[in-house]
Amino acid sequence: MKRDKTSDESAADRRGFMTKFLAIVCGGLATVPPVLAGVWMFLDPLRRRGAAATFLPVTDLASVPDDGIPRQFAVVADRVDAWTGFAAEPIGAVYLRREKGSDTVEALSATCPHAGCFVEMESQERCFRCPCHNSKFTLDGGMVAPSPSPRAMDGLECQVAKNGEIAVKWQNFYTGIAEKVARP
Amino acid sequence: MKPQHQHDHKQTPQRPVGSLGVLGQLADFLDDRTGYRAVMHEALYERVPGGARWRYVWGSSLVFAFMTQVITGLVLWSSYSASAQTAWESVYYIQHEMTGGWLLRGIHHVMAQAMVVLLALHLMQVVIDGAYRAPREVNFWLGLVLMMLVLGMALTGYLLPWDQKGYWATRVATNLAGLVPLVGPSLQQIVVGGPDYGHHTVTRFFAIHAGFLPVTLVLMLVVHLSLFRKHGLCAKQPITRPDAMFWPDQVLKDAVAMLAVMAVVLGVILMPAVRAMLEGRPIVPGELGAELGAPADPSQPYAAARPEWYFLFLFQFLKVFEGWGASGEFFGAIVVPGLVMTAMFLMPILGRWQLGHRFNVAFTFALLAGIGLLTAMATNEDYAALWADRSSFADVEKLLEETENDKAKIAAHFGNDAAKIAAFEARAKKLERIRHSQSFLDAVALAKAEAARSIELAGRPERIPSAGMLELIRNDALSQGPKLFAQHCASCHAHVDPAAPEAEAVLAKASAANLHGFGTAAWMRGLLDPKQVAGPAYFGNTAHKEDDMVNFVQNDLTDAETWKPDDIEAVIAAMTAEAGLAAAGTAPAVIEKGRGLVADGERCGSCHTFRDNGVAAGSAPDITGWGSREWLVGIIVDPTHERFYGDSNDRMPSFGKAAEGSAPILTGRQIGLIADWLRGDWYRPAGH
Repeated sequence: MKRDKTSDESAADRRGFMTKFLAIVCGGLATVPPVLAGVWMFLDPLRRRGAAATFLPVTDLASVPDDGIPRQFAVVADRVDAWTGFAAEPIGAVYLRREKGSDTVEALSATCPHAGCFVEMESQERCFRCPCHNSKFTLDGGMVAPSPSPRAMDGLECQVAKNGEIAVKWQNFYTGIAEKVARP
Repeated sequence: MKPQHQHDHKQTPQRPVGSLGVLGQLADFLDDRTGYRAVMHEALYERVPGGARWRYVWGSSLVFAFMTQVITGLVLWSSYSASAQTAWESVYYIQHEMTGGWLLRGIHHVMAQAMVVLLALHLMQVVIDGAYRAPREVNFWLGLVLMMLVLGMALTGYLLPWDQKGYWATRVATNLAGLVPLVGPSLQQIVVGGPDYGHHTVTRFFAIHAGFLPVTLVLMLVVHLSLFRKHGLCAKQPITRPDAMFWPDQVLKDAVAMLAVMAVVLGVILMPAVRAMLEGRPIVPGELGAELGAPADPSQPYAAARPEWYFLFLFQFLKVFEGWGASGEFFGAIVVPGLVMTAMFLMPILGRWQLGHRFNVAFTFALLAGIGLLTAMATNEDYAALWADRSSFADVEKLLEETENDKAKIAAHFGNDAAKIAAFEARAKKLERIRHSQSFLDAVALAKAEAARSIELAGRPERIPSAGMLELIRNDALSQGPKLFAQHCASCHAHVDPAAPEAEAVLAKASAANLHGFGTAAWMRGLLDPKQVAGPAYFGNTAHKEDDMVNFVQNDLTDAETWKPDDIEAVIAAMTAEAGLAAAGTAPAVIEKGRGLVADGERCGSCHTFRDNGVAAGSAPDITGWGSREWLVGIIVDPTHERFYGDSNDRMPSFGKAAEGSAPILTGRQIGLIADWLRGDWYRPAGH
């Protein structure tokens, strides 16, 4: 391998491997702390976990008439957003409905399983519709094909206490997939 | 591309013929389309006349320091929230809760200071080597502008945590900016974002710190570096060694310098950790790196306010003009620095003559020496009390107190001997300096305690209210109690641990009960002690010192027949239970027994209403719930209420009762804070 070189270049080359190696090592080492600290802090969100799924009181039985029509209720809970603590804040919404003569309450998450928009109820059409991509669901949350949504609306566990207080297990699910999988 | 290759034939290493491997082919592919090899070559194979030298490393180190600030700054940006309600909170979160936040912020903070030092070194090297001379004048001027940009970033960055330190230092800096002729007030209002400091001060300083200044700096830096390359390195004369190439000889030296800078920065950050480890204390990462003071509070004085150390000389310089009024500040903060900068800008022109160059070098050294001297003076003024022997001034202190600093009296003391008076005055001046320094050190200690408390509160499980940290501090009994007590209660009441060395002196000055530990067994035990009840810690300095209670304790309680020691202990237990401060493990039976004794019409119940003992109010304070929050709030609101002292109340104002046509002295919230503080009822982190 024959190359045309100026004498300077040859001289520089002869400085040898060690000078170049050390220059790269020293320069590299000097940049490690800020880059490492930066990456370390930037990845902090991966360490954060959402609040564990718990039953939150939503309303009482009297507020959910047994006519099969879903009604929207706010879910209120204490919430922590990074450094700020909010006491008893609305954190989301659920639909509750009750069949004629039944004491069993069904709860549906208002979050569309397709892409996470807020599903609205169309009382005239007697169905749910997502305003983003027109996913349509029946009043009990079932799929109306064809639909961009890969699955039916997400049901939430629901408990009715003896005094009529309704509590819903508040959970978020991954969107866009056919299976209903809870977010950690 | 071909002609280009040929043109660069001598400079560009040619592609190795028949290079093998995927990497080689990829490199060829890229080079064909970008010509990166020529660019790399251009960047790396700069001739260094006379060979690589350590004195050339400062420029590269500065570029490295700046790049570090860009990297760390961008990541800090990703978690910083610029508003008066969230800036401190987000910085707290970065520093104390995010992984590695303390390290990242520490690097950013310490590297900023390193940059100022590197700037000084770079400037010195350029001036000494005469590198500002033709044709490099413009680049020298650019360098000065770059220096001001860096100092501007340092100044604006100081405010961003929105803590007491940054807030008050920035108030001073922006007020000084207001002294600029004609445009000053408008300039100040533009920078501050309005007539007052608030959200827009933070957003503007942030935009200036992370946007305007760095973008300008990068543009200038590009020009600075390309001009540097255009003119070549200004070699140290005379050249005695062969030339070398920038790569790898100078790069190695630059890289070693960068590594050294980074090592120093890390050393500064980690030194406290090493010290803690050696002393066997736990290492708290949040306490390493950059400090975070208590959140900015315009309503709280901050006597520890000082600029960052590299601006301390300016701070000290302003003191030279003390007594000149506003014109002094204008002179010290605007005119003189302006003249110095002008002189520096004129250096390349002066430097055309050999004498001028010598002047420039002398000027630079004088400037740095002056800055060093002023910094040392400022440090000495602040910290003199640390090394001065105050006890040797005891006689001065005593005489000043005796004569109340009356010049005539002092003169008389020395028999009007002018020499003695002058000597005394000189020593009095020294003492005053020590006193000033001591009050600064006290302010720093207080600031540290307030910062620590803020950080403790921010870590509560309930987190920070959405109104911000200040709201939490303003409702914290431990933070506010002592201040409110000092302001409203301490003119009569003492609050001192009886076991403390200064207790006797403090109690002697008090004219009402010592409220330290009020509601606890220790306090109650003292009250029921015949030796103490009429002492200064209880009723001794009040109108009640000869009243029934004192009488009762001194005469009835000493009757061992009716009051067995167990009985008195039971009363103490019952009363602390009323306060809700009974010692853990106190037997309920003892408390019950004590309650019976307290209610007994032959004993405490002969005067005091207690629970349902049927004693009518008015003869003595109702001691049901004595020492509880509700009881304390009640007596502070209105001690003249028949539930408490009624007509026999001795001097204590009704703090919560509004007089005709005016608001009460204290709000309900303030009274509650005092009560909580007296009861020791405040947030404590788990495990404390």
